[in-house]
Amino acid sequence: MAIARLDDISLTIGSVPILRRVELELSEGERLGIAGPNGVGKTTLLMVLASLLPPTGGQGSVLGAALGTPDVLAIRPSIGLSGHDPALYDQLTLAENLDHVARLAGVASGAVDVVLDQVGLAEAADRKAAACSEGMRRRTDLARLLLIRPRLVLLDEAHAGLDADARIIVDEIGRRAVADGGAVVTVTHDADALRSQADRVVTMTGGMVRS
Amino acid sequence: MSFWGQVIEFARRDLVAERRTGEVVAIVMPFGAVALMTLPFALTIDSALLSRVGPAMFWVVSLLFAMQIALRHSAADRPEHRAMLSLLGIDPFARLIGRAASSSLLVGLFMAVMFPLMVVFYSPDLPPGWPSALLPAALAALGLSLVGTLAAEVTAGLSGRTMLAPLIVAPLAIPLLVGGSQALESLPDNGGILPWTLLVAATDLALAVAGAVVARPLEEAAR
Repeated sequence: MAIARLDDISLTIGSVPILRRVELELSEGERLGIAGPNGVGKTTLLMVLASLLPPTGGQGSVLGAALGTPDVLAIRPSIGLSGHDPALYDQLTLAENLDHVARLAGVASGAVDVVLDQVGLAEAADRKAAACSEGMRRRTDLARLLLIRPRLVLLDEAHAGLDADARIIVDEIGRRAVADGGAVVTVTHDADALRSQADRVVTMTGGMVRS
Repeated sequence: MSFWGQVIEFARRDLVAERRTGEVVAIVMPFGAVALMTLPFALTIDSALLSRVGPAMFWVVSLLFAMQIALRHSAADRPEHRAMLSLLGIDPFARLIGRAASSSLLVGLFMAVMFPLMVVFYSPDLPPGWPSALLPAALAALGLSLVGTLAAEVTAGLSGRTMLAPLIVAPLAIPLLVGGSQALESLPDNGGILPWTLLVAATDLALAVAGAVVARPLEEAAR
């Protein structure tokens, strides 16, 4: 069964075409890597796959919901996105940030301590996000994905600024999603980093995907 | 999580962040107090005139600083926060109401501190039964917070948001300002407070309905 299918998808913002006639299929249990230089539309493609940006042309579906329709509201909680900038509230501690997510997602708050330990931040749980290094913030963002266990994991330059230990966390998130019958999409400008992260790698140039 | 559970969670989060930064208590309140204290020097030393304009000054200062509180809270949201909350399946109206609720508490606190300062600096002739004007004042605090939160949502992601937000706030805040201030003024007239209280309550309701209608479209358009 396809987790996502994009058929001739285009996206234009203003008068600028960002995605052009993208064809892509993502299967259950697949780890897809998308490589390409900066500014070719990789992040925008992830936003489309996350259902956060409706395409302006073509048709597509994610987790059975047609993109650009209200159906996507129902499947969004099954999607996890870790973007360029960690989605943390600076004035809250790392634990408070994750506790906020846990409450909203209906996850037991005890799970926060577990995932903080998994990402190696148990000691820094009570530190304000604003006072943490970028690497710690990215680890916390990954802990959020461990917490909510999404079926479709979307990682945008997930390895940037991470040490070797933290890269293992990224692998673990992908492994869990695949084991749960989901899929992982990783985008990066560093094609070498995808070798161990993806079963299949496609490249993007000028808003188009090439196998 | 239920709608009201989400509302409470967003309000709680904002208040925790506020407790940590102390922006309202440490920055906004002192500036509000200074504004109330210095305005008489710009007007006149005529004590009769000051006594007459004191309540109006209280409402003007409350409006200006309430907007600052509500807009600053919403300005703290970044695109990645919005994306995360959308993917958690959060109702954007719950986020809006939660934010307005936390801002209301802070605006109410601000007004509660400014009112006695106004009494000290301006010595107004408060009519008998003036505490009954607290209800329209509390409703006005809620309304001002709703206006500020809505304005921040409408302008989210726009390059000219800092200029646009005040233009949205001005007309929407007028009935709140009129209702809140006239409730006190009308106290000497028996029964005169009710229409002004209803005006503020109706404005609050209209703002909440507007928020319910536009919250989702604004959320989807802000990316």
